[in-house]
Amino acid sequence: MSRRILIVDDEPNIVLSLEYLMKKEGFETAVAVDGDDALSQAAEFTPDLILLDVMMPKKSGFEVCQALRANPAMAATKIIMLTAKGREAEVAKGLALGADAYVTKPFSTKDLVLLIKSHLA
Amino acid sequence: MIQHGVGLRLIQALVGGDIVIRSRLKAQRLAFLFLMGCFFFNYPLLSVFNQGVDFFGLPSLYVWLMASWLALIVQMAWVVERGD
Amino acid sequence: MLQGWVIVLASFGYLGILFAIAWYADRRADAGRSLISNPMVYALSLGVYCTTWTFYGSVGRAVASGIGYLPIYLGPTLLFALAGFVLVKMIRVAKANRITSIADFVASRYGKSQFLGGLVTVIAVVGVVPYIALQLKAVSNSFAILSSYPEIIMPTMSGAVPLLQDSALYVALILAAFTILFGTRHLDATERHEGMVAAIAVESIVKLVAFLAVGVFVVWGVHEGVGDIFTRAYAVPEISSRLATADSPAAYGTWGTLIFLSLFAALLLPRQFQIAVVENVDVSHLSRAVWMFPLYLFLINLFVLPVALAGLLHFQGGGVDADTFVLTLPMAHQQEALALFVYIGGLSAATGMVIVETIALSTMVCNDLVMPLLLRVPQLGLAERTDFTGLLLGIRRGAIAIILGLGYLYFRVAGEAYALVSIGLISFAAVAQFAPVVIGGLFWKGGTRDGALAGLAAGFVLWTYTLLLPSFAKSGWLPDGFIAHGLFGIELLRPQHLLGLTGLDEITHSLVWSLLVNLGFYIGVSLQRAPNMREARQATLFVGGTEAADIPRWRSSAGVADLLPLAARFIGLEKAQVAFASHARERGLKGFEELPADARLVNFAESLLAGAIGSASSRAMVASVVTEEPLGIAEVMNILDEASQVRSYAREVEEKSLELTRATAELREANAQLRQLDRMKDDFISTVSHELRTPLTSIRAFSEMLQEDPKIDLTQRSRFLGIIVNETVRLSRLISQILDLAKLESGRAEWTVEAVDVGEMLSDAVDSLAVLFEEKHVKLEIEPCESGLIVLADCDRLIQVMVNLLSNALKFAPADTGYVKVGAGGTASEVRVYVSDNGPGIPIEDQKLIFDKFQQGAGTSELLTEKPQGTGLGLPISRQIIEYFHGRLWVESAPGSVTRFVFTLPRQARDNDANSK
Repeated sequence: MSRRILIVDDEPNIVLSLEYLMKKEGFETAVAVDGDDALSQAAEFTPDLILLDVMMPKKSGFEVCQALRANPAMAATKIIMLTAKGREAEVAKGLALGADAYVTKPFSTKDLVLLIKSHLA
Repeated sequence: MIQHGVGLRLIQALVGGDIVIRSRLKAQRLAFLFLMGCFFFNYPLLSVFNQGVDFFGLPSLYVWLMASWLALIVQMAWVVERGD
Repeated sequence: MLQGWVIVLASFGYLGILFAIAWYADRRADAGRSLISNPMVYALSLGVYCTTWTFYGSVGRAVASGIGYLPIYLGPTLLFALAGFVLVKMIRVAKANRITSIADFVASRYGKSQFLGGLVTVIAVVGVVPYIALQLKAVSNSFAILSSYPEIIMPTMSGAVPLLQDSALYVALILAAFTILFGTRHLDATERHEGMVAAIAVESIVKLVAFLAVGVFVVWGVHEGVGDIFTRAYAVPEISSRLATADSPAAYGTWGTLIFLSLFAALLLPRQFQIAVVENVDVSHLSRAVWMFPLYLFLINLFVLPVALAGLLHFQGGGVDADTFVLTLPMAHQQEALALFVYIGGLSAATGMVIVETIALSTMVCNDLVMPLLLRVPQLGLAERTDFTGLLLGIRRGAIAIILGLGYLYFRVAGEAYALVSIGLISFAAVAQFAPVVIGGLFWKGGTRDGALAGLAAGFVLWTYTLLLPSFAKSGWLPDGFIAHGLFGIELLRPQHLLGLTGLDEITHSLVWSLLVNLGFYIGVSLQRAPNMREARQATLFVGGTEAADIPRWRSSAGVADLLPLAARFIGLEKAQVAFASHARERGLKGFEELPADARLVNFAESLLAGAIGSASSRAMVASVVTEEPLGIAEVMNILDEASQVRSYAREVEEKSLELTRATAELREANAQLRQLDRMKDDFISTVSHELRTPLTSIRAFSEMLQEDPKIDLTQRSRFLGIIVNETVRLSRLISQILDLAKLESGRAEWTVEAVDVGEMLSDAVDSLAVLFEEKHVKLEIEPCESGLIVLADCDRLIQVMVNLLSNALKFAPADTGYVKVGAGGTASEVRVYVSDNGPGIPIEDQKLIFDKFQQGAGTSELLTEKPQGTGLGLPISRQIIEYFHGRLWVESAPGSVTRFVFTLPRQARDNDANSK
């Protein structure tokens, strides 16, 4: 059974590229475009891994991450945070909130795929 | 006229030569010329030239005073106009 | 044949030229291009030292005592060798404290004592007025001698000429007019007279050239060189005996005394102080004068002895006064032109001395004698007077007239009397009394006001008794018994042999006693007590040099409101305002209204006033404002006692600590602001980087995918490439907008400001976007508006704003059903432009937010289903542009209703072209 990945980003073109990339690697994908959407999709879709943008309307990636980690049902779900703000403080904040990894935009598609695979292994 | 010499020493003791024309050295060179002048223009040097000896028909005291005066002025000019 | 009218005409012609020179130099000074700011002019103007006493008198002295005339010029030469120690310091101190005269210098040094300034003034006037009389006499005599050409007739007793035929009277009147014109043309805070200095420098040249001309004529025209003159002179026993200088201790003592005396005179005579210190433009000019002025003295003395001997040879048998040889020798050889030139040279020597001396004395009399006295008389109500400038000028002019009047009177009374003939050295001895307090004041901090008063008074009394009174007695004005037998017949009190001292000539004798007692009292009385705070402060200012200028002179404060009117009373409102404004600029403030009421301001006002009325009066006047008393000298003096000093000192400490607390709070606030700014800058950079990275992310992701997977089908491929291109466009737009905004915010943007017709501008903007609106099927219409809506702005920038607002409207207007309306209207004062659309609207809470950078109205909006396209910089940029032209930009909207962006700009009156059409 293929792994399930939830892509959360408010930038349509980035969503498009991630979706294409994940499908090509054989993952099953779902998309959410804001924080609230992300939480409901996570509950419905039960992904193995979430690619989570930080800067989003309604709820930021940090809030989503915090909410997910507060839910024991989601404990096993891996979370990789994506951000265009590369500040040290934000990396630390993301990791402290329970994210498994932190990727700065723009990213290398190859590295991102490797990272995802290593977290799902 | 010993007043000059005492005056200068007094002045130098009091100010330590801190007031200068452009440099401390220049002011001190000028002060030295002041002392030279006091010496040139006073007893006993005047007495030496006041012995009635003529200098090419001119009284030697007159010649001495005019010559040493001019020399002093030239030296003063030299001190202030040349660099340090 | 030299007619009287020729001489008169030549005199007036010469004075007219001087007048023109002075007038021109004053004009140049007013224009800020000083003619006299030049070391050569400074050195030449110092030549005012050489009066008719030099021009005519040197030869006379040489005839009487051989080379005995020389020490008068050797002394100043030695003084200038000491310039580096004494003169430089004096000039610096005088400039820093705005000293206006030697009286002001002494008064200021010893705690700004009005009494001391008054005493110095009295000594100077008593000592110098007869010297002015001597100049008048010389001019009068030379005129009389020259007008009897070709005969050589010694003038009759000067006093015997009827008053209205006395040329000296006219000379005095003309000089008074000249001096008033150039000495008191305006009240200046620095008390400098550029025109006068320029005229004096020219006079120095004239008298030097005249004397050299006589010398050359006598030595090479009449005789065959200097050697020839001396040889002939030696042949006459009567003359050769005069050449010998006595080789005795007494003679050398006199010689040395004269050097010493003239050294001080060249520094302390009011006219020398005026020229060397007060009129000095730049202290660096002194270094050239160090040798140029002695050289001038050398040159003007070069031919004195030869001329004296030639005179003796020519006028053997007497009958011709040796003091007139300079004039009578050319006359005796029928050299009319040369004689006239010599007369002019003598005239220039006299006028130069009289003008400068009178100006210096009148300043002292006004600032240190009359003003303090007037201010002390409450009945005059001067304290309430609002404008003193007229009064001050009046006093100075009056003083000039009175001083010259006194000089003339003395000349009429004294005539040929001994008291006038010998006044040169007597004058020198009078001003030598200033030496201990001036020189001591520059180098010794311990001197006090009491010591200075005691020393000066004692020296003056002894000078009067041992020199002045005997000269009166010898003139027959006093019974001369006291000279021979002493006052009250007491032998020890014989004025020229005080306490039985013999073996000295009268000048040396007087100088020894007066200076000894002067110095003794000055030091002895000063040591009776430690200097009080004010004396100590002034001592530090004078002895410590200018670096001590920061020492506060006031312990209390007053504001501009009090000080400006005070200054205006003395120097005029306009000048006072200019001075206060420049003080404010020095302190980094915009105008004098902003000046804080602090001690520094009071100091400034005091030194400003000092330039006009002298330091002592200035202090009293400022004190009257600072202490808020109506002006009683008694009250003013009260602040001087120790108790009030302690009180005000405590007040100052309190004030300082308050100031410190205030400063600390201000610093803390400034620091917080800086941190805030730093955070904002950080946030901005982080946001910008986020906005830049987002399109970059898409571009990189799609490019990598295209690169790695060559098998992607064609439709997919062109779709990806399309995205890449769009994101690149977005990225470029973003960068250029960020740069644009940065330029606008930092004020570096370039603007072309012109009259813009708003109607035309709107249609230009609408035309450029018409195609985009058609593509999305959104209706775009311009509502008809009145013509002639003119604003002053940059047309391209306004179009940029319009394009921005229109693209926003287009972005949010629904496709197919959307419509956008543009219109403009105006009131008398402004033009209003609006852009409205039927988009989803903007909630109230977002209406402010959308004008922030990178806020796209989507932050909290429930009304937008997807993220809008755009950079989030358009509205901030638009608002910057509109505000630059003094307009406003805002939005009127509510969810569900029409959204309307509005901006206004100040309306320009229709220009003339438009009107005439």
